[in-house]
Amino acid sequence: MGRLLLIARLAGRDLRRRPAEAALLLLAITAATTTLTLGLVMHGVAGDPYQRTREASAGPDVVASVMPDPVTGAPADPAVLTELSGADEIAASSGPFPVAGTTVEVGGRTADVQAVGRPAEPADVDRPIVTDGEWLGGGDGVVVEAAFADALGIEAGDTVTLGGESVEVAGIAVTAAMTPYPAASCLVVCTPITINGEPVRDMAVDVLEEPGLIWVGESMATSLAADPDDLAYVSYLRLDDPDAAQAFADARIPNGPMDAMLEPWPHIYEQVTHIERNAQRVLLTGAWLLGILAVASVAVLVGGRMADQTRRVGLLKAVGGTPGLVAAVLLAEYVLVALVAAAAGLVAGGLTAPAITDRAAGLLGGAATPSLTAATVATVTAVALGVAVVATFVPAVRAARTSTVAALNDAARPPRRVGWLIALSARLPVAVLIAVRVAGRRPRRVALSIASMTVTVSGIVAALAANAELNTQLASDPDPRMERLGDVLAVITVTLVALAAVNTVVATWATVLDVRYSSAVTRALGATPAQLAAGLSLAQVLPAFLGAVLGSAGGPLLYDAVDQDDVVLPPAWWLVAVVVGVVVAVSALTVVPARLAARRPVAPMLQGELA
Amino acid sequence: MSTTILSTRGLTKTYGDGESLVRAVDGVDLDVAAGETVAVMGPSGCGKSTLLHLVGGLDRPTAGEIHLAGRRVDQLTERTLARLRRTDVGFVFQAFHLMDELTVVENVELPALLAGRSPRAARARATELLRRVGLAAKAAALPTALSGGQRQRVAVARALSNEPVLVLADEPTGNLDSAATLDVLRLFEELHEAGQTLVIVTHDERIAATADRLISMRDGAFVDETRLTGGTSGRLGALAELEG
Repeated sequence: MGRLLLIARLAGRDLRRRPAEAALLLLAITAATTTLTLGLVMHGVAGDPYQRTREASAGPDVVASVMPDPVTGAPADPAVLTELSGADEIAASSGPFPVAGTTVEVGGRTADVQAVGRPAEPADVDRPIVTDGEWLGGGDGVVVEAAFADALGIEAGDTVTLGGESVEVAGIAVTAAMTPYPAASCLVVCTPITINGEPVRDMAVDVLEEPGLIWVGESMATSLAADPDDLAYVSYLRLDDPDAAQAFADARIPNGPMDAMLEPWPHIYEQVTHIERNAQRVLLTGAWLLGILAVASVAVLVGGRMADQTRRVGLLKAVGGTPGLVAAVLLAEYVLVALVAAAAGLVAGGLTAPAITDRAAGLLGGAATPSLTAATVATVTAVALGVAVVATFVPAVRAARTSTVAALNDAARPPRRVGWLIALSARLPVAVLIAVRVAGRRPRRVALSIASMTVTVSGIVAALAANAELNTQLASDPDPRMERLGDVLAVITVTLVALAAVNTVVATWATVLDVRYSSAVTRALGATPAQLAAGLSLAQVLPAFLGAVLGSAGGPLLYDAVDQDDVVLPPAWWLVAVVVGVVVAVSALTVVPARLAARRPVAPMLQGELA
Repeated sequence: MSTTILSTRGLTKTYGDGESLVRAVDGVDLDVAAGETVAVMGPSGCGKSTLLHLVGGLDRPTAGEIHLAGRRVDQLTERTLARLRRTDVGFVFQAFHLMDELTVVENVELPALLAGRSPRAARARATELLRRVGLAAKAAALPTALSGGQRQRVAVARALSNEPVLVLADEPTGNLDSAATLDVLRLFEELHEAGQTLVIVTHDERIAATADRLISMRDGAFVDETRLTGGTSGRLGALAELEG
């Protein structure tokens, strides 16, 4: 117990001694844990409300509809639906109900509407859940689908103009029989109509655009149609085996415009959840990328600290600390930070999730649904601890093994020798010679820098490609949920860039500390401060350039792995611009620490090694 | 009359201010002729190393003038000072300051590469210098594989890489045993005979005795100056004592 207390006190004191480094560590790991939390709580966030709505509203397994021939104007035949309801697989059904295409006006806005005529009494299949007001009472009142009402600002008790007539909104309701507005399925003829891929321009019937759903009395539905022959019909079917819904629909693919169109519930489920599933894929991928970057951050930070902390390790050992104690203190510091980062990430992720998953009130549940499960808490904590332990293990063991005398003398860790690199650098200009030799001293740090930049640029390129595809989709189909997906992409990209920037500055500083003696000697031998500063900066730019090139190639592969759809690769000039941007950004980030290091007085440093 | 290579007038370096003011170098006047070997002796903290750093352009004086090879250097920019160190001055440090990741020959050729010489010319010069200091066979070794004396000989070879007009040695034998000290002493003797100008800071009387002139320093100022003439009290005597 006493030993644990000692380790905790030493770790705590050291963290307090270097608050800026502790804050950077916390930031790096928290970025990863927050994103991971978001990705994990997104799981089932859309699926759960849909299933809940489906169960509560006796949702159909298949929605069947018929509509007039859009070209010839031939009327729809509800008998087709009646006949379908008698199929062997059907356990229960409701309908056919008439559907009229019309418009609704409210608050100066006009929107197309598909008005479904429903009886006042509940149906066996599809009983929309009223969330505000009441269901149809047999009078002139109407019930508006919740997402549509939300978009138009309609509430129960309002008066709206439906098909030119003023009607009262009796209630607001949700249903599992249709994707919430604005992605609602078309029960009537909607744009765009295509035949063999060609748009049909001359229509025999009125064509609606992105219609909302309103439930009205059956007689009102009939009267809303300009002509009874313009009516469409819908039936809601429950099968003996709900899992057979897709097969049921596949066996009855319509051969002509007068045949019934079937939409099985998995298709609606797919429509309802695809944006959340995309967001979850983006978040989980982002979380892994940020996790890898966090490992690089912690490893570079710990390595940098070790360059500055050798004497402390020596003191600890000189007063009787065993190698195990030294390693335990270092590990404890970062484990402590990781635990705080895990908690911060869980809280931040939990609080942010509703902002990303908040959906129009089209289903039961929604904004409040994302919740932290024990599995999520365990996963996030394990990842945070994993990041800390993986990144700290090697420096901790190295510190534990350092000779006490060498550590007390603050002897620099012996550099690596890469012979071919030294020979090659002799042929290069002085600044590049210094850069190559500085980088060659610490191959592990260079590898971390390359990995860090590869991950960052891969993420940026994948996000750029995803964003371009998203913008294309938004141009043709504006959807606030898609815009939120764009926001998620932007947040992850900015976080990746910020972490990479932190890594670059920290790696530069660690390098500056590591080469302080050899820098002083190089200057004593005649290198100018400008040559040394350029060399130190270039030592970071060279691995960053390599990482950017690898990341440019890896980005499309990453995007391809995340998005199973056809991937549109970003244009080549984007990739070139990203590589150039990385080189410029890393140069800018490293110029200040490199210049500061190159202008340090030489004499005290050369005498310092004798201390 | 021989040419003056190094000249300082009223050279001063202070640290701190008020009551905590420390005069590390206090109004030093020094003239060193071409080909001369000058030894500066004094107790630890008397300002010997600071003086060496000032005349070598590693540090800047608080006041006074420094002239090197006929050029005033105490007001040069950092960049010009770096070029001066590259071409006109060679340093030998007590702690050697060799780069552990570079081989012996790579360490010796480094100043020439920094001066912009071709890799081939730099390597040829380094090889020649290593032969001169008797370490040609160790060219491919790493410094960690050498003895202290051998490392200091490598450092001397490195200091000569760009044929400097002045070599400054800061306690060159401070980390060496007697045998290694003798090695280095013989090397300095050869340099002296070849006409190389040397300023050696040391607290070792045996090393100081090998110089043409011995300057004693205390509290940042010169307190005594002796011109040595060789013989039993000079260079040969020192070598005899070490060999004995």
